[in-house]
Amino acid sequence: MQYFLIPMNFEGRDIISIKDFSKKEINYILEYSKEMVDYAKGKKQNNLLKGKVLSSLFFEPSTRTRLSFNSAMNRLGGRIIGFSDPSGTSQKKGESLADTVRMADAYSDAIVIRHPHEGAARLAAEFAEVPVLNAGDGAGRHPTQCLLDLFTIITEKKKIKNKKIILLGDLKYGRTVHSIAYALSLYGAELTFVSPSSLKMPNEVINECRELGSEPTSTANLEKAIKDADVLYVTRIQKERFPDAEEYNRVVGTYKIDNSLLERAKKDLVVMHPLPRTTEIDSEVDSTHHAVYFKQAFNGVPVRMALLSLVMGGKL
Amino acid sequence: MKKELKIPQIKNGTVIDHINAGNAVKVLHILGIPKSTSSIVSVAMNVKSKFGKKDIVKVENRELDPNEVNKIALIAPKATINFIREYEVAKKHRVELPDEIIGILSCANPTCVSNAKEPVKSRFKIINKDPPRVKCYYCERELEDIAERII
Repeated sequence: MQYFLIPMNFEGRDIISIKDFSKKEINYILEYSKEMVDYAKGKKQNNLLKGKVLSSLFFEPSTRTRLSFNSAMNRLGGRIIGFSDPSGTSQKKGESLADTVRMADAYSDAIVIRHPHEGAARLAAEFAEVPVLNAGDGAGRHPTQCLLDLFTIITEKKKIKNKKIILLGDLKYGRTVHSIAYALSLYGAELTFVSPSSLKMPNEVINECRELGSEPTSTANLEKAIKDADVLYVTRIQKERFPDAEEYNRVVGTYKIDNSLLERAKKDLVVMHPLPRTTEIDSEVDSTHHAVYFKQAFNGVPVRMALLSLVMGGKL
Repeated sequence: MKKELKIPQIKNGTVIDHINAGNAVKVLHILGIPKSTSSIVSVAMNVKSKFGKKDIVKVENRELDPNEVNKIALIAPKATINFIREYEVAKKHRVELPDEIIGILSCANPTCVSNAKEPVKSRFKIINKDPPRVKCYYCERELEDIAERII
């Protein structure tokens, strides 16, 4: 591909926020991810990261992100150390995150971290010599999710520019939608934000989109918005991010994606979701051609393979 | 016509001029006045000037250090600082926000890692100098009320 004509060097680079990367760099990562698909499926093998060790520090629960990072490292021939529950670590004894990171830095060639505090990955990067990959910091950033979302849209729709994309659900607390709104604006998508009025996209994010030349529209009316959409990006209303249960109960179940709603949509509309889902997408949608959320979850592997090999200096 | 001073000249100390009208009290708060000094402090508010109304603060027998000057720039970006020695202006400079400020503001986000027990100082990127707008380096949230978050 064109981008490989000018190889970019990401060795030693931290992956903390999508905003740390130019569009050109994102393009390069996405192109490189395409090259990884057959390896991610096990159709081809490589040992790009043989002899390398990845620290996987998960201070919060995760299924897809942790497993796909593990799968990615294994597919590249590397090894993983770490934990998925901090209760068995010295954090329990009151050790600071900085000291835990210093240890992981000494024991490995790269660190993947998920933590409940916003900015934790940025802090980790200050204390680690090896590259740090942010796997979600509280309600903050989740750059590898953002990259795999972009990868999925490009794979499904060929391009992002001028595509009508709906971001639906918890746009206030959702950690993925803020990054994806920024990134989609960078690529010239036509954005519509659909949410209950109490979970609207923060003005700060809308302003960032505008600064990138995007003119997002906001509405609570999904039935109207879905008619000409190319992509419907659904998010879960996250109970754990709500300050009180009453507010959560008021809004949960506001939107439900089912086959009768999708009858109003364009035939080639794709439905995405970062998962896990609860009740926002009915399981009857899973078997329709609209549903790409499981493919999207798979795409986490090639994208994370690309990132791991790039930051640890393994080249195809 | 003889020009009349609203507040008297001081012999030694600091005059903070061109504070946005109405912000003198916040400047006093930043400087920890009255707790941080027992000297005389004079305040003039809504003084007419070439650029509209302004506030002035005169602190006797105290010269501000650079850290304090940076703090003032956060709420009074047009302020000038004059060091007075023996009734003369010995040094005059305009406050200027740096690109980044460390250890001066605290993040308003309770779940920001800079508010956890970690060995780091708070750190903010200046995204606009006048009016000042700052964003936390760690959690990337913008501070809504800067004056409230000065440490």
